[in-house]
Amino acid sequence: MTKFIDLTLNGISTGAIYAAVALALVLIWRATRILNFAQGAMLMVTTFIASGVINSTGSYPLGVGVALLSGFVLGAVVERVLIRRIESAPPLNAVIVTLGLYTLLVAIAGMIWGNSPRAFPAAFSLRGYNVGGTTLLFTPNDTFIVLVVLGVALLLALLFRATSLGLQMRAAAFAAEVARLLGVRVGRMFTVGWGLAAVVGALAGVLVAPSVFLGPNSFDAILISGFVAAVLGGLDSPPGAVVGGIVLGLALSYVAGYEGSALVPLAALVILIVVLMIRPTGLFSAARERRV
Amino acid sequence: MLAVEDLITEYGPVRAVDRVSLRVAAGSVTAVLGANGAGKTSLLRTITGLVRATSGVVTFAGEDITALAVEDIVRRGLAHVPEGRGVIAELTVAENLRLGGLWRGRDAAPVEEMYELFPPLRERSNQPASRLSGGERQMLSIGRALMGRPQALLLDEPSLGLAPRLVAQIMGMVRRLADSFGLAVLLVEQNARSALSIADRGVVLNLGRVVADQDSSQLAADERLRHAYLGF
Amino acid sequence: MRRSALLRQSTLVRSLGLVVVCGLVLLVLSENITDYRNTQLAEGAYFFAVLAGLTLLAGLSGQISLGQGALMAVGAYTVALLVGNEQWSLVPALAAAVVVTLIVGIPVGAVASRLRGPYLAGATLAFAVGLPALADKFPSLFGGENGLTINPPTPPSWLGSSFSLERWEAWICCAGALIVLFALYNLIHSGVGRSMRAVRDDEIAASLCGLRVGRTRAVAFIISAGCAGLGGGLLAEVNQLAQPGAFPLQLSLFLLAGVVLGGLGSLAGAVWGAALLVFLPNWTNDLSGSFSLSGNVSHNLPLAIYGVALIGAMVVWPTGIQGGIRTLTALIRARLSARRRLRVGAAPEPSGPPSSVPPSADGSG
Repeated sequence: MTKFIDLTLNGISTGAIYAAVALALVLIWRATRILNFAQGAMLMVTTFIASGVINSTGSYPLGVGVALLSGFVLGAVVERVLIRRIESAPPLNAVIVTLGLYTLLVAIAGMIWGNSPRAFPAAFSLRGYNVGGTTLLFTPNDTFIVLVVLGVALLLALLFRATSLGLQMRAAAFAAEVARLLGVRVGRMFTVGWGLAAVVGALAGVLVAPSVFLGPNSFDAILISGFVAAVLGGLDSPPGAVVGGIVLGLALSYVAGYEGSALVPLAALVILIVVLMIRPTGLFSAARERRV
Repeated sequence: MLAVEDLITEYGPVRAVDRVSLRVAAGSVTAVLGANGAGKTSLLRTITGLVRATSGVVTFAGEDITALAVEDIVRRGLAHVPEGRGVIAELTVAENLRLGGLWRGRDAAPVEEMYELFPPLRERSNQPASRLSGGERQMLSIGRALMGRPQALLLDEPSLGLAPRLVAQIMGMVRRLADSFGLAVLLVEQNARSALSIADRGVVLNLGRVVADQDSSQLAADERLRHAYLGF
Repeated sequence: MRRSALLRQSTLVRSLGLVVVCGLVLLVLSENITDYRNTQLAEGAYFFAVLAGLTLLAGLSGQISLGQGALMAVGAYTVALLVGNEQWSLVPALAAAVVVTLIVGIPVGAVASRLRGPYLAGATLAFAVGLPALADKFPSLFGGENGLTINPPTPPSWLGSSFSLERWEAWICCAGALIVLFALYNLIHSGVGRSMRAVRDDEIAASLCGLRVGRTRAVAFIISAGCAGLGGGLLAEVNQLAQPGAFPLQLSLFLLAGVVLGGLGSLAGAVWGAALLVFLPNWTNDLSGSFSLSGNVSHNLPLAIYGVALIGAMVVWPTGIQGGIRTLTALIRARLSARRRLRVGAAPEPSGPPSSVPPSADGSG
């Protein structure tokens, strides 16, 4: 029984990380219809920057703040400089470009910070809660992770539904040409979208770094899981990303706990296929009528 | 208010707009007529900046807007209601309307004003725009364009797909808007008869070129022209 | 009726001619290069087999697959098991690899045919990461992390005792590549190829014309799987090894990059892509070696150059190498015909022998 509770709580906290990465991918997909394969590498760079700041100033909040800021800048710059040029090209080209960006960022990180993984501090205690004598695997830091991710998801929902900026971003994402005809600066909306997505990614990076250690390739697995979670939930749906992340986190946690971690990638595949066969565009997608 | 001079638009080797010149005064309605493929939509899209002109000049309120970006042209008070209405289906009616006025900021029209003009929209204000009928969508897209208090209004085939009674209503509304707000209206239409019934001037395009530019009553009376280009 | 028979014949004849010409060129090439280069030739040949299938899938049929690496693994392990454990000889083992991957491709294709765009990409990504995990789950059968080894193929005695192993491997791989070339060339120029293009361009219109959309898409997947299986089997032969580490997600991603950089949708593009996959890592290594730099930088520089190359190529040549060549030849041809028109003073007719480069396979002219 304790094992089940442990696995459930663990699944929720890893699921929160997947949800954050999935959210970043969904934001970019909705805004610019691009799958950002470099998302993991981008959040890796910002986490390294945070690590540098924390090591030199000793302040965790400052490090996280700088990570978020640099994330926004990185995302905005990538969109403005790189993605803008290939927006009109076939979608596969964008895949290759983000792939090249991923390779480049990993290499640059290796050049600046070296290839051996290093430790990254956690915000809160990493000692499991003590409930009635048994120590759970769930830690105060895990609570922090879940709360932060949920909070960010709510903030984003608020931004999109209740602000003018959010309305313009949605319009630019759904119907760019029509939005232009309404005076929306669509290019600027795309840049902000990428910046925001990168901020969410940066947050995921500093949250998960304590457990995966910080190295140029440490976040590859997270990206894959986040990707699967985003597809699972429906690429057009931010709530779908959150639900997809949690569901995937739980499912994989149970599989790893009861069947061993070797089967985890296979389990992810099976879950994804089952969901997609029932709903080919993800759990939360609206069925779109096809106009003939 | 809006003037086009010797405008040429080419899509590769095809010349869709061939040295077109016309003028639209404030408070007047100019109809652009012609068969399918005559270049009417291309003309509108070039004026608004969705397509780059190959040569020629577009002037609006005394300013040369030929090389400007779409967003900048729209923010100078030139509103374009695109072909097919361009209603954003994923947003609600209220959101669509609000969106139209955002660039104006504080001077935008209140959404309430559009509900007065187009009462059917009020009931559907919180529904996604995908649920609207054709006529309601047309009202929404015109209302949305008016939110920014434009000085000129470009309409691309508003009658498309609408029942005749609705068409008459929409046309009547367009005329009233031009009169009461002093808008310069450029109306592209295949339904020449209904367009001419509210227009001050008629410009007929054929294969991208202007073949007639006359007072609308003169145009309606010219049987030869009507038979040749306008289908009635 | 006779005309379509003639046309059919001419594609067959054309493809045979192409295969013979390419075969002769490869033969001469293989004779005159070093053993090291022959190994690279072998590598390029099996990459071509995979890329040809992938360019059919992604270009002609419009389906993004991030899982070709896993399918290569299926072919590789089939060959390793049959040749290593069951003592099969090479050609039947390769044929079996193709058959096994085709069979694996059937459920994959059935699933894939119902998914579009990024959802298909996500599913094939999960496939690429998930399938190799099987090797860890059944370590006794698949040899776990270390994989399975096989003995190198011995060249037949009638080729002489001085015939090097590398040259023999190059011959085997080139033969495989030529078979793929023949099969796919005929497929692309057949009704099946046209159906694929129709379904890619407008699914609804295609289904209204009576084309079976799901089946066409699944068939494209199955064929690309078979090509990947052959490529994987050849890879196992050349490396004498099949292990999960040889088929990471990166492989699938770089296969896709090769196809796009070479020129999506054309067999010639698959050739350029294969060449890139073989030579680009070496070039980036050599280039970064020429600067004498400190440890971390020199270690990561090849990867950085690779990344810049991928980005730069997409920005500068969105249609890939083959697309660039096509634009260039069109420009030259226009220039020449304009000059001819000036000289003769009359409209010229297109003349000259048909080019031996296979015409573009994407039908967009």
